[in-house]
Amino acid sequence: MFEGITKSLGEAFKKLRGRGRLTAENVKDGLREVRRAFLEADVNFNVATDFIARVEAKSLGQDVLARVDPSEQIVKNVYEELCALMGPVDHKIPQRADRPVVLMLCGLQGSGKTTTAAKLALTLKGQNRKPMLAAADLQRPGAVEQLKTLGEQIGVPVYSEATNPVDVCRNAVAQAKRTLCDIVILDTAGRLQIDDALMDELKRIDKLVKPDECYLVVDAMIGQEAANVAKAFNDALELNACILTKLDGDARGGAAMSIKGVTGVPIKFIGMGEKVDKLEDFIPERMAGRIMGQGDMMGVVEKI
Amino acid sequence: AKTKGVFGSVLDVLRGKGRVDQAFLDELEKRLYLADVGTQATRLIVDRVRQAFRDKEITGEVEVFVKAQLRELLTDATPGINYQPTGPTVVMIAGVNGSGKTTSIAKLANQLQSEGKKVLLAACDTFRAAAVEQLTVWAGRIGCEIVKQGQNADPSAVAHDACEKAKARGFDVLIVDTAGRLHTQTHLMKELEKIHRIVARQIPGAPHEVLLVLDATTGQNALTQAEQFSKSVKCTGIVLSKLDGTAKGGSVFAIKQKLGLPVKFVGLGEQIGDMEPFDPDAFVTALFEKE
Ligand SMILES: Nc1nc2c(ncn2[C@@H]2O[C@H](COP(=O)(O)OP(=O)(O)OP(=O)(O)O)[C@@H](O)[C@H]2O)c(=O)[nH]1
Ligand SMILES: Nc1nc2c(ncn2[C@@H]2O[C@H](COP(=O)(O)OP(=O)(O)OP(=O)(O)O)[C@@H](O)[C@H]2O)c(=O)[nH]1
Ligand SMILES: [Mg+2]
Ligand SMILES: [Mg+2]
Repeated sequence: MFEGITKSLGEAFKKLRGRGRLTAENVKDGLREVRRAFLEADVNFNVATDFIARVEAKSLGQDVLARVDPSEQIVKNVYEELCALMGPVDHKIPQRADRPVVLMLCGLQGSGKTTTAAKLALTLKGQNRKPMLAAADLQRPGAVEQLKTLGEQIGVPVYSEATNPVDVCRNAVAQAKRTLCDIVILDTAGRLQIDDALMDELKRIDKLVKPDECYLVVDAMIGQEAANVAKAFNDALELNACILTKLDGDARGGAAMSIKGVTGVPIKFIGMGEKVDKLEDFIPERMAGRIMGQGDMMGVVEKI
Repeated sequence: AKTKGVFGSVLDVLRGKGRVDQAFLDELEKRLYLADVGTQATRLIVDRVRQAFRDKEITGEVEVFVKAQLRELLTDATPGINYQPTGPTVVMIAGVNGSGKTTSIAKLANQLQSEGKKVLLAACDTFRAAAVEQLTVWAGRIGCEIVKQGQNADPSAVAHDACEKAKARGFDVLIVDTAGRLHTQTHLMKELEKIHRIVARQIPGAPHEVLLVLDATTGQNALTQAEQFSKSVKCTGIVLSKLDGTAKGGSVFAIKQKLGLPVKFVGLGEQIGDMEPFDPDAFVTALFEKE
């Protein structure tokens, strides 16, 4: 994962390493390389620019210990700033004794919502909770079938009715109460953030069902759009978190920085494969370490 | 109605006032980055503008020049499908997970059928839950035939049967749906190569098109996808899906430049009518004017 950014940052830091002193000039030079690497990793242009400015400001005012290479100090600064940007994360999913908790998944078409719904349900089942899935995508051919198949695979009930998404969600919650399920996961249809009619539908569900948490599911291969998408969904629904899917590939995953940078919404989980057991906690430190991609990275950070 | 995006368009810059100075070039560069055009192609365009217009007054000429540069980067010598009059023409569809393959097939099949061609679909995604059902629903709506087997069947076997049926029953076009896969998954790429091989063995000269379906929202990973899929199954063109959003799909510049892979069609929605042949002019205009 993140081989791309790893490589380009590796090259950037090699340049930094060659320098003897940390001057305004070489801070700028090195960070220009870091910025380029971020852009190639699909970090949003504005987020990357702000990030670099912060690291530059921090680096310039700093005393550099005699025993460390000044460039290592910048590496550390970039790493710490990355961790600070992407963290902190709370991986807990809320629980209530009096009624079922409701989670709503939303996002662009094909981002991985349905698969992630099943993954979350399986995770919750493993925590001795009693999840239910609700098939609120009545739009895409085969969407309900897909969720039903997955539900069967993991032994989790799937609520569906051929009415409309709002009724499906409301009735699913009622059904969960009756059948003593303690958490309902709403699988909504994919939609563009600029599709006002479909965004309104989400808002209606949000108002009526009042999900405890609302998660945006984002494909890790997304480019500059990540910022627009996250902002629009967050404006409409006040997102609690984001789930980044398809990180099992070699996408550089700059979206992890963009989304948090633009909206402040943390990434909570990551999708690491098509199979239902491929959901993992998002760890900012690990992600930052991976983005920086230095085997000796942690060593450098500890030394300073 | 579409709401305004967070960032303005490149056009504001091109139609602004003042001179083509460093600030102008920086702004142009930023806008191209925000359209996912990527480092290489962005640098190429910005350098050309710098050379041609440095310190000159910003006039309509700059806009015309930039658009012409971009169009030139995208021109396709052989637009459309490489149709075989003696049939069957085989079109194989590939791409990463969720890019829009199955929907694009429905759109393409619908278009070909409405031109009077007899179309057959092969449901070679036997892996993803309800993928076969999804294609079956589309086939029903379009009124074309489909060859399918059960969940987890061997996709090559489905492709084989579909080729035999296409030949025996005089179909004009066979479109092969495949499961989504990341180009880093070696065993799945091997599986795709096998489908390709079987098709080529059953119908000499096939597949006549191998279309890579790319989600326009994808960033720089699109280039790697195109490289790896081309290496595996010799892609002949791109279907750029989900261009109805605000994503601009700028990665196709680098793909064309590096691999020579042209965009054949664009996806503009979720319905069967929402596909158009790629028009570089319209694409470049949208790149500038789309919010
Ligand atoms: N490799 C990989 N594939 C994934 C992951 N998550 C989902 N997918 C695949 O991505 C494709 C789309 O996933 P879905 O769950 O159907 O996406 P969706 O957001 O529900 O799609 P729509 O409902 O059509 O908007 C499928 O082929 C999934 O198998 C992941 O973490 N890794
Ligand atoms: N807005 C929009 N949505 C699209 C377009 N093309 C496909 N989609 C949607 O994107 C999602 C994924 O499309 P599919 O056709 O299932 O994608 P796929 O590549 O076959 O997915 P897998 O088989 O799971 O890998 C669905 O919700 C489609 O309706 C398009 O051009 N515009
Ligand atoms: Mg879905
Ligand atoms: Mg499909």
